[in-house]
Amino acid sequence: MSREVEETNRRLLRARDAMDRAYEQPLDIVALARIACVSEAHFIRTFRATFGETPHRYLQRRRVERSMFLLRESERSITDICLDVGFTSLGTFSRTFREIVGQSPSAYRLGTAPVGGAVPTCFAMAWLRPSSFGEAKERSDG
Amino acid sequence: MKNFDQITSAHIWVLDHQEALDFYVGKLGLEVKTDISQGGFRWLTVGVAGEAVPEIVLDVPGPPVMDEKTAGQIRELVTKGATGVVMVLRTEDCFGLYERLRAKGVEFTQAATDHGYGIDCGLRDPFGNQIRILQPKVWKG
Repeated sequence: MSREVEETNRRLLRARDAMDRAYEQPLDIVALARIACVSEAHFIRTFRATFGETPHRYLQRRRVERSMFLLRESERSITDICLDVGFTSLGTFSRTFREIVGQSPSAYRLGTAPVGGAVPTCFAMAWLRPSSFGEAKERSDG
Repeated sequence: MKNFDQITSAHIWVLDHQEALDFYVGKLGLEVKTDISQGGFRWLTVGVAGEAVPEIVLDVPGPPVMDEKTAGQIRELVTKGATGVVMVLRTEDCFGLYERLRAKGVEFTQAATDHGYGIDCGLRDPFGNQIRILQPKVWKG
């Protein structure tokens, strides 16, 4: 484990934090690569090697998590929520949501109660971000 | 009878003592509680000014506590942000503090936001550890 790898990790983390901070903005790989001080192609590759998924997938899971939050805790329409979290088309939002969560946004809303107020948002945001490692598929199959 | 009456200290991994001091004391405004160097180790703790506890031990991974390879694994996890939230600090003015710390160049992961149970924001120390600052609606203790 060299200092160089630590520096790279820290810069990639900085780019990942930027995605979490502005998840409703379009994915800007050029800007993120600049934060991470690497080339565009190198950024996607090293991000994946470090965090186990591509920047695009990471951002999608953050957006879907935020949409799950709004579906659970607010009464905003699904179209509004889709735009709130950074998707530009309802079709892409619904497809991505179903692919990651294993059910449609409206089915999720109907079947899920709000999270109790005693759980800090930062903790819920970290733990309720849907996994991209296959659980959704298992849930929809079963 | 309770087994304990207080949590007096907790430990976090930092990657450099001086850099940790510049951040936790210089930027966040905590104070040094203890700083003792002896025989190759440094016992360095920080805490809230005027409060006896808890003290946070700022410890650097490395030999002889562990081998260089293990220390490298810890450094890798810290710089990846995998250590989770290492502490939550309470304030009376989260919005104001957020702006003041941002002006000092502190790296935030989340802007000050009202979550109902209180206002909070998230930041990272220079190494990758995550810290939250909370202004609770209901003040306990």
